[in-house]
This record gives sequence, structure tokens and C-alpha cells, in this order.
Amino acid sequence: MDTEFIIKYIPLYVKAAGLTIGLGIVGIFFSLLIGLSVSLIQYFKIPVLKRIAGIYIELSRNTPLLVQLFFLYFGLPKAGIRFSSQACAIIGLSFLGGSYMAEAFRSGLNAIDKVQEESALSIGLKHGQVMRYVILPQALSLSVPGLCANMIFLIKETSVFSVLALADLMYVAKDLIGLYYKTDEALLMLVIAYLVLLLPISVAASFLERRLRYAGFGN
Amino acid sequence: MKEKEKLLEIKHLHKDYGNGPVLKDVSLNVHKGEVVVIIGPSGCGKSTLLRCINGLEQIQSGKILLDGEVITENKTKWSEVRQKIGMVFQSYDLFPHMTVTDNILLGPTKVQGRDKKEAEAEAERILERIGLLDKKNAFPRQLSGGQKQRVAIVRALIMKPEIMLFDEVTAALDPEMVREVLDVMLELAKSGSTMMIVTHEMQFARAVADRIVFLDGGEILETDTPEKFFTRPKTDRAKRFLNTFSFHMERERGGKAI
Repeated sequence: MDTEFIIKYIPLYVKAAGLTIGLGIVGIFFSLLIGLSVSLIQYFKIPVLKRIAGIYIELSRNTPLLVQLFFLYFGLPKAGIRFSSQACAIIGLSFLGGSYMAEAFRSGLNAIDKVQEESALSIGLKHGQVMRYVILPQALSLSVPGLCANMIFLIKETSVFSVLALADLMYVAKDLIGLYYKTDEALLMLVIAYLVLLLPISVAASFLERRLRYAGFGN
Repeated sequence: MKEKEKLLEIKHLHKDYGNGPVLKDVSLNVHKGEVVVIIGPSGCGKSTLLRCINGLEQIQSGKILLDGEVITENKTKWSEVRQKIGMVFQSYDLFPHMTVTDNILLGPTKVQGRDKKEAEAEAERILERIGLLDKKNAFPRQLSGGQKQRVAIVRALIMKPEIMLFDEVTAALDPEMVREVLDVMLELAKSGSTMMIVTHEMQFARAVADRIVFLDGGEILETDTPEKFFTRPKTDRAKRFLNTFSFHMERERGGKAI
């Protein structure tokens, strides 16, 4: 094991980790936005949009991110639509994540008993208020475990961004292996880098889940 | 003598969920300060009738008037109408993520725009009267079924509704908790509240009702004072229904014990 090599390239990994986490966060943000919208469309059974949401979820969940990225990066330019690598990465991750987040939100929304809505309506709340004060707070906290799992999943998925020539963690590791044949060192650093990124998120998520369980509503 | 003021008028109400009628030509008036108890076998449309009154169900024909105004039109502003109609449901319907006080104050503060301090003081007064003041910061999961239902009643009452609807509010409770809920309702009836109650508690019905409405197969078969209904029901159907609540045990006196 070449420690000198490892120390020398730590800054490169840190920079790559920054890119990984940066793209991951932006992707997660849009995933949450898409997910919440899609789940609400399905919850309220909005005609037409409901259909589109259903097709989107199937399409997104049943195609690999790698294939989605190839389509965006190599396929669309043939039709004259060209995105930068970064844009492709974010669009791809959001497209994938949106459906997973939608399912997490949906499971939370579906867990709320109908009588909650009815009793809120019966004290005179308007539909929007019922959603805001009664349904969403409960549904969101029930969705948290699913949402956290999805966030970790999405950050891990960023490892395929290297195909877009983005200098993320995976790309840097492959690059170093290709240049110097320091396979062991490069891969060790790769594993550690992902752990350093994801372990805190994972710990925070289980802490949050525990807190929510203690504050749990259960009748 | 001045005729009693009609608060709620139900005229020729028809309700159909799509597989046969649930309510057939139901007409019923409820006067101010009157307690009407609706009884009948399961699935006879009792709950549906209450749910139609506060717009939780669409009706097919007929109309419902509150204070002389038709409330079953497309343009009905239900959020306004429902402030005048308090409803308590069978299943515990408190909002589990809010404390008792927050449950009670949601309506007054968000719907009626009342001052929080003033509404809270009133909530505490009512909670004290029903012996739940020490639970004001508790979450619903920390309450017993009976306590939850009493809080649900307070939550409806604080809106100062003109009429209260009770949909089998003790049906999901353990027997020893039924009483505390019924006592609150009796208290309300005594204080002159207008109430429509769906219940299977016959003794309670007899004690609280000004009028009993017997519903079967989506039709009102009988309307009478509790005294007459429970002692001399007019229809055979009502007789048979009431018989299911009494137990006769006959055995030979002086017979040998086995």
C-alpha cells in the first residue's frame, strides 16, 4: 500500500466528493419536488395528470439510471437537444429519484385514515387547510424513513455519472487506476470516500426515524 | 302558542351509492333545542343520513335546509355550513400529531379566526367541566378511548354549532368507557343543545331523546316519543328490532339441578 500516493491524491478525492455530493443534493432536491407533486396528483386523482404520473413512475423505475443518462447525453443530441454533462446528471437523477420519492410520499399519504380528512372538514376547514394542518404533517413524518433511504440510494447512484465525463469520485478512481495502476489504493480511497459521505447521512436518518417513532402517533 | 323553530329540514332525501338506494324519501324536521335519536339495524342508512347533512356524502335528490336555507346545492359553501354543524364520529378522529389543546383550537383559530388566547381560555373552561383539564397538553395516543371521544366532542362544541351530530360515538369503546361519553352528551342535551344522535345504546336513547326515529332499509318507519316507541312500537319491524335487545331466560322453577 502506497501511503504517499494516497496522501497525495486525497485533495483530488475531496474535490470529487464535493461534485458527487453537490450533484446529489441538487438531484435530491428536484426528486423531492417531483415526488411530492406526483404523489399529490395521484392522491387527488387529478384526471389526465394522474395518467401521466403513472406512466412516468413506471418508466422511471423500470429503466436503469445508466440507460437514462445515455439517452440524455448521447441520444437527445441526435434530435438536436443538447445538455451539458452536469445538466444531464441532474435531470437523470431527478427523473429517477422523483418516482422513488413519489412512492415514499404516497405510502405516507395512504396511511392516513379517511376519517382524519372528514373530521377536519367537519370543523369547517377548507380542503387546502385540511391538507396543510392535518394530512401533510402526518403523511410527511410517516414518509421520512422511505425518503431517507431514497436519498442514500440516489447519492450512491451518482457513481454512474462518470460516464458523462464528470470528475466525480468514481471517475477519479478509474482515472488514477488507468494512469498509475494503483488499483488497491484508488479503490480503497473510493470506498472510504463513499462511506465518509453516506455514513453520517445514514446515522442522521436513523436518529430522525427514532425521534419520529418516539413522537409517534400510533393510537 | 308559538310554534317551535325549525332548525333542520330534510325533504324527500334520496341517497344511492350506485348499488341500490341507501336512503329512500327520507323527510325529517329537527327543531331548535330538540334531541332526535335515530335507531335502526346496521346498514339501515343512519350514518349515511348524518353524513349527508354535513356534506360528506352527495345526495341524488331531495334537499336539506338549515335555518331555512338550502344547503344541498352545488354552490353550497360547505366550510361555512359545517361551522354550524358539529359532528363526532365513531372511530377516534382526533388529530394524532396535535395535543388535546391544539386539536380543539384548530377550528376556532384557523376557520373562525378567533384570538388564540381567548379560544384557549374557553377550551380550558370546557375541558375542566368534563374533567379533562389535566390532559390539555397530552397527545391523543396518551388518552383512553372515552377521553378521546370527549375531546372530540369539545372540538366540535367550541365552534358553537347550531346542531350536533353524533355518529355511533360509543360503538368503538370499551364498555366501561361508554358511560363517561354518554354523560357528556346527556349534559349537552340538558343545556338545550340541538342534537341528532345515532346510537345502539337503547337505554341512553330513551333517556336523552325528545323523539326517536326508527330507520330501516333506508326508510323512516316510525317517529315517536321515546316513551311510546319503546313501550308500544307501531310497526312489527320495530318490535322485532327492539326484541333483539332484551333477553328472556326461562327455566323451570323448582326443577332439578343437573
